[in-house]
Amino acid sequence: MARTARRATMIDKFVTSAEEALADLPDGATIMIGGFGNAGMPAQLIDALIAQGAKDLTVVNNNAGNADAGLAALIGRGRVRKILCSFPRQSDSWHFDKAYRERRIELELVPQGTLAERIRAAGAGIGAFYTPTAYGTRLAEGKETRRIGDVDYVLEYPIHADYALIKADRADRWGNLTYRMTARNFGPIMAAAARITVAQVRETVALGELDPEVVVTPGIFVQRVVRIAPLAKAA
Amino acid sequence: MKRLDRKQIAARLARDIADGAVVNLGIGLPTLVADYLPRDREIVLHSENGVLGIGPRPAAGTEDDDLINAGKEPVTLLAGGSFFHHADSFGMIRGRHLDYCVLGAFQVSVRGDLANWHTGGADAIPAVGGAMDLAVGAKHVLVMMEHLTKDGTSKIVERCTYPLTAAHCVERIYTDLAVIDVKPDGLHVLDIVGGLSFEELERLTGVALKKPRELVAQ
Repeated sequence: MARTARRATMIDKFVTSAEEALADLPDGATIMIGGFGNAGMPAQLIDALIAQGAKDLTVVNNNAGNADAGLAALIGRGRVRKILCSFPRQSDSWHFDKAYRERRIELELVPQGTLAERIRAAGAGIGAFYTPTAYGTRLAEGKETRRIGDVDYVLEYPIHADYALIKADRADRWGNLTYRMTARNFGPIMAAAARITVAQVRETVALGELDPEVVVTPGIFVQRVVRIAPLAKAA
Repeated sequence: MKRLDRKQIAARLARDIADGAVVNLGIGLPTLVADYLPRDREIVLHSENGVLGIGPRPAAGTEDDDLINAGKEPVTLLAGGSFFHHADSFGMIRGRHLDYCVLGAFQVSVRGDLANWHTGGADAIPAVGGAMDLAVGAKHVLVMMEHLTKDGTSKIVERCTYPLTAAHCVERIYTDLAVIDVKPDGLHVLDIVGGLSFEELERLTGVALKKPRELVAQ
């Protein structure tokens, strides 16, 4: 086979900027945003999403933003129609609190394990699943339940997304990802659940440099990779 | 009476965690338990955000933004520790792999129903986190709380008036006044703080309690 033909089909998921990675994101999209606290939060991708201007968004994240940056800023600007999360209330979640009290944002409160499993189910092609979590509580009201053996379960459906914005540590051009410590959190499952997964990474490496034994998210789940150099820590 | 302070409740609870156990400590008050786990026992701490084998708090200046617990506080990792994603972390919880979880509570009922996520107030913003998963998943659910609210109302109740986290899940309650086991035939008092009689404890609690064996013998 000619060399030129090989080059033409080369898989290269690297994109040059966060702006380019999100350029085609439309109004009304469902977006998963990784991270738990600051660990694994794709801060520069969220900034690019704010600048990009898409509105009427549905966001899936464990929280609902804090202080004035990132997801909180997106909510503060009225760009989020609905949020699915487990823990919106924080001491500094004032942008969400205000939008919620003014009924400008819809909240679907999901127990954290159910949130994770609904995301996982979407990526794994599962149609629905029964979980014991929330049975007999307000969060299971109106949901189908079933007793299996001697345990009561609640039927839960997957959460699919148009985009996932996640933060990983290292990536190659096939989109294989490694993570760093507890920054892994929702990254791997969100990557699998979204049609287009954009990973911001600290470092990009040549194909073959990632030990296949330590790849956490195989490249099949990742469509775009942006290298964001970490900010130097203030002394 | 010698009401226990928060550290003393944590220390009392820590004594009951068995050697070799895997434990999840809830956000807030339960986190204190980590400081009192007996040093001669190997106990593995789990956190919902994907870590097993949490070590002590890092020294000032050595915190790592990528290494935190579910309370979003910086932690360290012990030798033998591991990281995993959120679905695996909650698989461990719901799959009954955790030996203990320690949770705070607004109310616990005589049947072991737990209410700890929402006051139900019209203006209150609900937040549940991992509490519902932990309450149904851990092999032993321990509650650590003040016995009475600030206005003196018992948090141990006949029926929870706040929205439930899970039904029939609490096994033991540790408060500033007593340690109480939740059993099918009722609430069994294991310990009472010095200077408080069983009768006075029962009056403050407002529900029927069963006497500890040593008091029955008196």
